[in-house]
Amino acid sequence: MKPTDTKPPEMTDEHTVVSDGLAGGLSNAEDTPGISLGSSRMEKIRRSMLLTILPLVAAMVVGGLFLFALGRDPLAFYATMIHRAIISPSGLQETLIRMAPLLLISAGLIVAFSAGIWNLGGDGQFMLGAALVGGLAASSAEVMPRGLMLVLMLLIAGTLGAVWTIIPAVMKARYGINEIITTLMMSFIGVNLASLLVKVMFLDDRPGIQTPRTPVLDVADRLPTLFGTRVHSGVIIGVVAVVGVHLLMTRTSLGLRLKVLGANVKAAHHAGLGVSQLTIATFLLSGMFMGLAGGVEVLGVQGFVRADWNPSFGLVAVPLVFLARMNGWVTIAFVFLLSVLSIGGELATRDAGLPNQFGLLIVALVLLFMTVAEYFESRRLRGERTVWATMAVRFLSRGDAAGE
Amino acid sequence: MDAEAIRSERDSGTPLIELIGITKRCPGVLANDDITLTVERGEVHCLLGENGAGKSTLISILSGMTVPDAGMIRIGGTETSMDSPRHALDLGIGTVYQHATLVPTLTVLENLILGNTTGVRLNEAEGLRRLDELASILGADVDPNAVAGNLALDEQQVIEIIKALWKGKAALILDEPTSMLTPAGVGELANMLQRLKGTGLGIVFITHMLHEAIEMGDRVTVLRQGRVVGTIAPAELRSTDPERLRERIVEIMFGEEANELSDVAELHVEASGSTSPDEPDSGGSSDGQGQPAGEPILKLERVSLEPSQSSHGLHEVDLTIAEGEILGVAGVGGNGQKELAEVLAGQRPIDSGSISLRHNGAFIQIGRLGVHSRHEMGLRYLSDDRRGEAVVGTMSVAINLVLKRIGKPPFWKRQIIQHAEVWQHAEAVIKEFDIRTPGPDTNIGKLSGGNIQKAILARETASDPRIVVYNKPTHGLDIRTSLAVRERIRQMAADGVSAVVISNHLEELLDLCGRIAVVSKGRIVGIVENGPNAERRIGDLMVGAFAL
Amino acid sequence: MSEALITALLVGAIAASVPLMLAGLGELISERAGVLNVGLEGMMLMGAYGGFVVALATGSTWMGFVGGAVAGGLVSLVMVVLCVRWGLDQIVVGIGILLGAEGLTSLLHAAQFANTYPRLGKAAAPSIPWFSDIPVVGRVVFGEPYMVYVTLIAVFVAGWVLRKTPWGLAIRATGESPEAVDAAGVNVVLVRSLATLSAGVLAGLGGAYLSLVSSGNFIPLMTGGRGFMALVLAMLARGRPIWLALGALLFGFATALTTALQIFGIDIRPEIVNSLPFVVVLVVLTLFGRDDYLPSSLALPYVRGER
Repeated sequence: MKPTDTKPPEMTDEHTVVSDGLAGGLSNAEDTPGISLGSSRMEKIRRSMLLTILPLVAAMVVGGLFLFALGRDPLAFYATMIHRAIISPSGLQETLIRMAPLLLISAGLIVAFSAGIWNLGGDGQFMLGAALVGGLAASSAEVMPRGLMLVLMLLIAGTLGAVWTIIPAVMKARYGINEIITTLMMSFIGVNLASLLVKVMFLDDRPGIQTPRTPVLDVADRLPTLFGTRVHSGVIIGVVAVVGVHLLMTRTSLGLRLKVLGANVKAAHHAGLGVSQLTIATFLLSGMFMGLAGGVEVLGVQGFVRADWNPSFGLVAVPLVFLARMNGWVTIAFVFLLSVLSIGGELATRDAGLPNQFGLLIVALVLLFMTVAEYFESRRLRGERTVWATMAVRFLSRGDAAGE
Repeated sequence: MDAEAIRSERDSGTPLIELIGITKRCPGVLANDDITLTVERGEVHCLLGENGAGKSTLISILSGMTVPDAGMIRIGGTETSMDSPRHALDLGIGTVYQHATLVPTLTVLENLILGNTTGVRLNEAEGLRRLDELASILGADVDPNAVAGNLALDEQQVIEIIKALWKGKAALILDEPTSMLTPAGVGELANMLQRLKGTGLGIVFITHMLHEAIEMGDRVTVLRQGRVVGTIAPAELRSTDPERLRERIVEIMFGEEANELSDVAELHVEASGSTSPDEPDSGGSSDGQGQPAGEPILKLERVSLEPSQSSHGLHEVDLTIAEGEILGVAGVGGNGQKELAEVLAGQRPIDSGSISLRHNGAFIQIGRLGVHSRHEMGLRYLSDDRRGEAVVGTMSVAINLVLKRIGKPPFWKRQIIQHAEVWQHAEAVIKEFDIRTPGPDTNIGKLSGGNIQKAILARETASDPRIVVYNKPTHGLDIRTSLAVRERIRQMAADGVSAVVISNHLEELLDLCGRIAVVSKGRIVGIVENGPNAERRIGDLMVGAFAL
Repeated sequence: MSEALITALLVGAIAASVPLMLAGLGELISERAGVLNVGLEGMMLMGAYGGFVVALATGSTWMGFVGGAVAGGLVSLVMVVLCVRWGLDQIVVGIGILLGAEGLTSLLHAAQFANTYPRLGKAAAPSIPWFSDIPVVGRVVFGEPYMVYVTLIAVFVAGWVLRKTPWGLAIRATGESPEAVDAAGVNVVLVRSLATLSAGVLAGLGGAYLSLVSSGNFIPLMTGGRGFMALVLAMLARGRPIWLALGALLFGFATALTTALQIFGIDIRPEIVNSLPFVVVLVVLTLFGRDDYLPSSLALPYVRGER
């Protein structure tokens, strides 16, 4: 018996939603904006906690097994991690600082994913924004007031990020060429170009610098810090961006248009929504946030760009935003969680004498477990057996033919 | 037991297929309720029923796509679980599905040998041999190296049948195979079935067309609301006069409702007679007031679309539609109806010609305007692809009701959504159009086809419609909803709103329209005034055009 | 140009293209079956690590490749269960796999080899009397590590399998129209699982080539984006293994050219040479390409009766 045969077959008399290829693979599972019933809110919160906390615990348990196998004390490790990332003031500041670029990248991804566009070229857009700002900030600071310089730099970073999406955007809108290929290619080129910019155009050629890098922006000229901490205002920009995008998507007509495009391209055509223009607008907006993220990271934290620097934030944020179902508030929570894991992980691994990529393993486990949890939850909601029964049946029945 | 054995056991007296007490529950409905029926060798067994009667579920069960909740399936006398399409094929049951199951990018031969996973190399020689054999049984001419996606629909249908016969050595199941065929194609299919029957094959033929069942069936089983409500045995089928049979089947199909429905039909005749006694141009009555006497509202002149791989395009289409007129478009599916509808709606740019709409007293060119502007000017379009195109299934009923007015007041103010307005509008529409939904916030994809259609109808006819293009407006709907939709079209016409109705059901067009245009291969091959001989003339045009 | 330089250039080109070819071939197969494998890079990393560990333990390069294939295959099983069976999002799971593989290999490497940094010996290559002595050709054609020949054979075998065998036909059909394949009685889940598995195995081999042949040791994150490059190449190859191989050679050549030119004294930036093939591809796509020939059901999970 296949638990998946839930659709009344008579309904197939009419065509059900047939999404075409990759573009359709990304659907908005989130309900329609706004119109929601208040009564189910508590249930929603409870459920999302369950879908987040449970996978987190599971990931930490599995990660703990690795630690144990390597002769480290998992509990001590996690204690250090949490202490370093949240409890100690300097750690918490680091965590918040780390959130800034991730938030901006997430904002860019929310826009793209809601419209059904896989912008996987975030790294190239990010690095170009960063490299240009890294190259120009220090010299600009000498000729103009700080405030003007900062605004100008952010504008440049955002613009460059957006510009870098034009080719994929036009190719998608005009010829329907899949954006995964084009954004990835543009990302390769972008990262190379950024490195070239640093090495050739913006090289700080004073003697004694080993790795090629851009001139350093004076600490006093960087993004203003908040309340006497080291946390810079880029975090505020990031939060504003995510909240802004969230409101855009849930409240405005443009947001709804983008969501329709993402949920059903044919319906968008049918409703006369100007699919090409919307597609291009989505790319530009998404790329702008990516570039902005690069700019903020340089203006707020790094102060310069080294030729071999590439934090690859773009890729980590992809599953995160997807799991948050493009919801801004959930995204902010997830970004915080990711920052805690990565900052805490980096510091705790250093203490434990492990490579800092261990943090990546935990992040990966959390992502995978969250995906799986989501899957079982959606099955449960559809009333298809309990989680464990389903699991057992699946394994025993060899996934009967093409059942799924 | 292998397929050959199942088929050859003619004399044992066991039926080919026995379904005993088949029950299948789908969310919200009992799709099949205790169905028992048998299929004999060398016999065409027709399953007749309305949409929603449970035919398709029964087909999925017979083809192994769905496993019943209860009941027993016996093939050649042996009980079987039939839990996958592979299993069904291995038992010799081949199925021609309603939706295409050819892989468009593969050749005909590749499509046919797909699934034979024995051996290291593809056995093309063996495939060609079998293809020849089956093609000659069917009397069809098949190019094995043609790419499936490039074939015309009726050619694809033949390949689908050959594909089903490939493994279906014992039984052949056809799920509404005639819906995409020309009358000539239907005749051809009937001949093929006759020949196949002669080889001892058992055939299950699903249709909702009465006359097909009467003409082609050796045995007819009628389904209603998931149950078998009547069977007509071969003896009775052969001995009864067709007209008498028709009445009897209608009675079985609709039961008490049959009377009720005729009441409704009479009612609407009275209604249209009384509301527009001196408006012969309304074209609303079924006896067909031919002349569009109102002012023209929409003109198409030499409108053309380049043909493509998947479409005939359009060739110099000339049409004029008058105010309050209901113009029908008849033709075999896939002959340019969809293209015509999309060209009118603005979803496809035309390659040449002109479309003009009377707006504020003067004709203006709208050929270059997009969907949005045309919608604003009162030109509306109800797509036939309800779930796939007309609505966003993952969004609420309320949002779908304003989908073509995004950004417009009162639902948006300064581009910010006004939830209260959207909600109230939805509530009002749901009430007015009797849309059965748990609430305005329910995702529209969860509603039944009929309720989705009501919502689309509400959306497209809201705020000053002037001409509405209906593509298969009642396709797949139950009788009651169908009649309600027709009534709405008629009422609006009486109020001066023109309509272009595209339909596969000639009966529907004859009921609604004053004039009926017949399309074939992207051309309008004739426009017929509704009247006593209209049905025959339209049929002639469809067939004649097909012979071109 | 000197003979030595030409030899170095060609040898370098082939060496750089083999990992791309192997991983890209795997991706191509799984894409034809409708599975987009974004975790390719992670599978390569696991293959590089697994291959290295096994080769170190057994002293055999061949066993190393087996180890790499097994490691890559094991990782792809995650994809098989989560994406093919349960229909979860392929891109999200793929990225999860990538991050996990990066973390895991780095961690294991640190735990095992952080202080020792062992190296493997040079991979064996054939030495055929007379043939191997021909200038340039002798080294380039007849003196490559054995795995190079295996890779080229794999490309042709894959091409043949896809075109001429029932399984190849099933794979091609599954990427286009899984419902048709299901109706034809072929197990869609099985076809996709095997295709995904072969992607893992081939990516594992590609990764193992990096650690066993190219560098002789394992370095964390040593794949350096090659998995994504292979992914793009596979998407551009329009489903044809031979095009993929040519594309990989082009990239290998670009990489080798950078090194060779630098030796030759021409200072051309590797960034430019590395980007050049993509720039060319984008220009060609913009000017001529109006479609991208991807299977129409790529990255869409199949659930019977839902489409």
